[in-house]
Parts: sequence; C-alpha cells; structure tokens
Amino acid sequence: MTVQSDSQVLEAAGPYDRAKALSAFRLGDLTFYWITRVSAISVLLILGGIIISLIIGAWPAAKAFGFSFLLTERWAPSADPPVLGALTPMYGTLVTSLIAMLIAIPVGLGIAIFLTELCPQWLRRPIGIAIELLAGIPSIIYGMWGFFVLGPFLANTFQPFMIKIFDGIPVLGAIFAGPPSYLSLFNAALILAIMVLPFITAISVDVFKTVPPVLKEAAYGVGCTTWEVVRSVVIPYTRVGVIGGVMLALGRALGETMAVTFIIGNSFRISSSIFAPGTTISAAIASEFAESDGLHQSGLILLGLLLFVLTFFVLAAARLMLLRLEKKAGK
Amino acid sequence: MNFIKTIVAAGLVAASSSAYAADITGAGSSFIFPVLSKWADAYKKDTGGVVNYQSIGSGAGIKQVQAKTVTFGATDAPLKSDQLDKDGLAQWPMIMGAIVPVVNIDGVKPGDIMLDGQTLADIFQAKITKWDDPAIKKLNPKVTLPSAAISIVHRSDASGTSFNFTDYLAKVSADWKSKVGSGTAVEWPAGVGAKGNEGVSANVGQTKNSIGYVEYAYAKQNKLTYTGLVNKAGKAVQPTNEGFQAAASNADWAHAPGYYLILTDQPGDKSWPIVASTFILIHKDATDKAAVQDALKFFKFSFDKGAKMAEDLDYIPMPEPVIKQIEKTWSADIKS
Repeated sequence: MTVQSDSQVLEAAGPYDRAKALSAFRLGDLTFYWITRVSAISVLLILGGIIISLIIGAWPAAKAFGFSFLLTERWAPSADPPVLGALTPMYGTLVTSLIAMLIAIPVGLGIAIFLTELCPQWLRRPIGIAIELLAGIPSIIYGMWGFFVLGPFLANTFQPFMIKIFDGIPVLGAIFAGPPSYLSLFNAALILAIMVLPFITAISVDVFKTVPPVLKEAAYGVGCTTWEVVRSVVIPYTRVGVIGGVMLALGRALGETMAVTFIIGNSFRISSSIFAPGTTISAAIASEFAESDGLHQSGLILLGLLLFVLTFFVLAAARLMLLRLEKKAGK
Repeated sequence: MNFIKTIVAAGLVAASSSAYAADITGAGSSFIFPVLSKWADAYKKDTGGVVNYQSIGSGAGIKQVQAKTVTFGATDAPLKSDQLDKDGLAQWPMIMGAIVPVVNIDGVKPGDIMLDGQTLADIFQAKITKWDDPAIKKLNPKVTLPSAAISIVHRSDASGTSFNFTDYLAKVSADWKSKVGSGTAVEWPAGVGAKGNEGVSANVGQTKNSIGYVEYAYAKQNKLTYTGLVNKAGKAVQPTNEGFQAAASNADWAHAPGYYLILTDQPGDKSWPIVASTFILIHKDATDKAAVQDALKFFKFSFDKGAKMAEDLDYIPMPEPVIKQIEKTWSADIKS
C-alpha cells in the first residue's frame, strides 16, 4: 500500500474548478439578495395599491364635501343631499385610544417590571401565559364580554360613583357627566385597554430581558433600590423597544373594530362626557358599509383613508419623539 | 396524451352537466335569509335544485344583481320603477314581516302600553324624555308609568328594519320627515346604536326604561315587552298575525308600478302600522334564461308550499290575490 498523493485525492473527487464553484456561490448570493429585496419592496407596492384604491373610492366624497368633511359634526347619509362629516368618528377614535393608552401603558409596564424584576420564579409562567392568552382572545369575545358583563357593571356601579364625585367641579364635572350608560366611549376605551395590554407587556418583558445583568448588578452594587434600577437602568436601556410595543398597541387601539362596535353606542354625536355614546372611524365603517351606496359609501371609504392618514401621523409623531429622546440621551 | 384527453373530456361532461342543473344564486337582504334557507331546503328535498343565497345586506344585493353576478337579488327597500327600467329589472314582494317597538319598564308586560305614531316619533327625537310624559299618560290612563328618563336604542348598522321604521315615523310626523327623514341609515337625533336585531334586543333587555324597535320574530322569540300602536284608522292594535295580514291585504298592490309599495301606515281598522316586505329583483331579459326560469320555479314553489314554513318562523306570507298578480307579472314581463 502506497500513500496517495494530494493530486490523486483531488482526482478521485472529480475534476475541481475553483472559478466555477465561486460563481455558483455568487449566483446563490445574488438570488438570495433579490428574493429578500422583492419581498421587502412588495410591502411598499401593496401599501401603495391600498392607498390608491382608497383614494379612487373616496374621490366622489372628497370632491363633494372638500375640507369641510373634517370639520362637520353631522353624519346624515339619508338627508337630501347627504351631509357627511368625519369630526365625530375622528373624535371618538382619538379619545378612546387616548384613554386606552393612559390605562394600558402604566398597567402593562407595571406587569412587565413585576414579571422581570420582582416576580417569584414559580409565578412567572402562569402570569406570562395569562398575558399571552389575553392576546389570543378574538375581539368579538371582548365585545360580548364588554356588552354583557363590563357594561352593566360600569353603568350600575362605577359610572354613578364617578359622576357623584366630580359633580359640580368645572371641566371634570363635564367629562364625567351622566346619565350612566352601558354603551359609552369610556367602556369602549376600557375594553381597548385590556385588548392592547398584551402587546405592551409581552414586548416590554422581552426587551427588559435584554438588559445586561452586569449593568443591573453594578447598580445594585452601589446601593440602588429596585425602583431606582428600573427607572435609571432598565427603562433607559430599553426605551426604544418599549416605545415600539406602545406604538404597536396604539395602532391596534386606533383600528380595532368589532369589540368597539359592540360597546361604544355607535352614535354620531360629540358629547363632553366620556360616559356618553360615540363612535370611531372603524366602527362607523363596519356598521354602515354593507348597506351603503353612492356618496354614502364613498364617504365611508374617505373615513377609511382618514384613519390611514391619522395612524400614519400618530406613528410618525412617535418616531419623531423617539429621535428627540435619543438625541437627548446623546446616542 | 390519452390520459389528458380523458381528463379534458371528463371535465367537459362535468361542466355541461353542472350547467344543466345550475345552482340558483341570489344575494341581498338578511331579513329574508332564515325563511329563504328553509324554503331552499324544502325545494332541494322536493326537486333536487340547489339555491345558493348570500345574506349580505339589501344594498349589496341590489348591486350584485345589477352587476349580473347573481340570478336574483333581495332587498328590504324596493326600487322605484324608473330605476327598475334603467337596469331592466323586474321586482315583486316575496315575504313580509312586522316591526314592533319594544320597551323595558318595571311591571309592564307585553302589550300593556299603547303608543301612537306621533308619540313614537317624539320619543325617538328625544322631545319626550320621561315615561310619565303627559302624551304617553294620555294614551295609557290605566298604567302606572315611572318618572324615569327614556333610554333610546336604535340600529347602528344600516338595515331594512331601520328603513321601514323611519319610513313609518316620517309618514306620521312632519317634524321627523323634515329633520331626520327615512333610510337604511339615518342621522339619529338621540340614543345609542346596537348592531343587528339581536343587538337591539339584548340592549333593550338589559337597560331599564329603554325603548327600541325590532322585527316581531325577535321580540316574540326573546320574550321582549312589545307595545301596541294606534294605526292610521285611529284604532289601537296589538302585533298579531291577523293585523299583519290585514296591512298586506289592504295595501293597493294593483296600482303600484313595479310593486313599489312600502307597507307602513296602511289603511284598515285591523292593520298593524309597521309592516315590511322583502322584494326580489331579477333581470327581465337575462343572458342566462335557464337560470332565471329555475329561480322562478323556486319562487313559485315557495309561494305554493312555503306559507306554513314562513309562519313557523313568524313571517307573514303574501296574501293569495297578490301571489296571483305576481305570477301574472312573471309570465308577462320575464323573457324565457
């Protein structure tokens, strides 16, 4: 037995062409590059397509009502000629989302901080799973629960209490004015808060876990309390991620339809009280679209376009805020 | 090659045989859906013909039949005859239902309270805001009514029920007509909106001192407290099958071009004032004439054998003379 030489081994493995092998790799790289690029661009195309078809559908209403569409409180599709205005649903969308975020952000962050920093190990999984389940419940179930359980509780217990407390106080008295109602902006906002909670919590938990233990240990080492560690180390370190979660939740709150339709009262009137019924853009579209035609339908599509623009501006404002925060932090 | 030929041939046979026994397709009103599916079921057992109906709302049903994507459309709001002519459509009433005001007041049972059209319009306009308002008291001298604020519940979704209810209010109240008008979706002056008959039923059922309006079938099946109404003849009537039938029989179908007739506020001592009918739309000169003929067979079957099924579901069948007239319209207007 003689030892085979290197060239013999190569020959046994077949003819070897270095240039050919390299070009095969290059082809693979190029294919990969284009597949990913096309996927990414297709999102833009789909979005553009949606915007264009919304604009085409909304054109007749935009032409008929012009800028006054944004400032008109009336919604009278059966009037002759129809009078359509977006002020009421826009107001409802913003107010319900705002209240929902006011409730959901502190509660969601609170849960996340408890879960990552304070929670005993055995309790983490049950709470974590409960949060995930909350995200998995279909919105119609939230709506029905809000209608049959939450609504009566709020109307019979919570709202009369609030109305009594704030009665006679300027501004606050008007915000918490009666009569109590099963269906109201506030009830819808509360349901929205519960619905968006998992988005804020789950994302916050994930980003809180990315804080390097050495940072926290160092802070504890110089004598920080848990609260100080959370406030000065964890939150600043994960700010971008947390705000991302909040934005995702806000997006859901702005666009949520089914649950809101069930519990907001669907009335096109602006009232100073948050215990009065109202409507949101998506609830209005969902309620009326099936039976609408002509200018009415075009008006509903214009509402849809407005929601699109509204969401865009809210998210853009959030990005801007984020940029300023980062600048301040000196990154 | 032979294999492919076989498949193509099989496909052709399948296509031609399915064209022979084509499914009848329809779309529109959700009001007619429960009874239509019952008829379709009986029709299938009897003849083997399949009716495929999509309950997508009246407005969408009109659009689908105009676009010729379905053989027939069903709508709760009839089209005017010039609109029918423009699209080459025939229209006739197929089935009727009634709409009743429902209330939730402690101690008040179904039929205890009597309202008239003007009072009903004033309540829904929030001009009357308490149950012990003199106008309501005058109609109900024997009933003790609470001095409680009235909660108003209306439909939030655009619907045929709302169309007929507001049409009635517009007929009996000049103020309602000028300020609110009638339509599937109107500018409600007051109250909260609930989705669907089931939403209004549930909402009125839960809210004390509330008033709403639903199809009679919903009120009956959910045991809601309906009210009586004073009709056009000035008589106090309760929602009964007899009263619904009377409204339909007293309606002047013979002089309504394209059967354009809304059955609210009809004359007659016994007539219930808010009766609604669902109309069928079909192309007079369709490209697929076989499909139209199949559909007409189905509708004839429903008229002949479907009355009992409709009554079981608390619908009101069309009166016999009206059916005769409709069948004449079929043979005169629809090309086969």
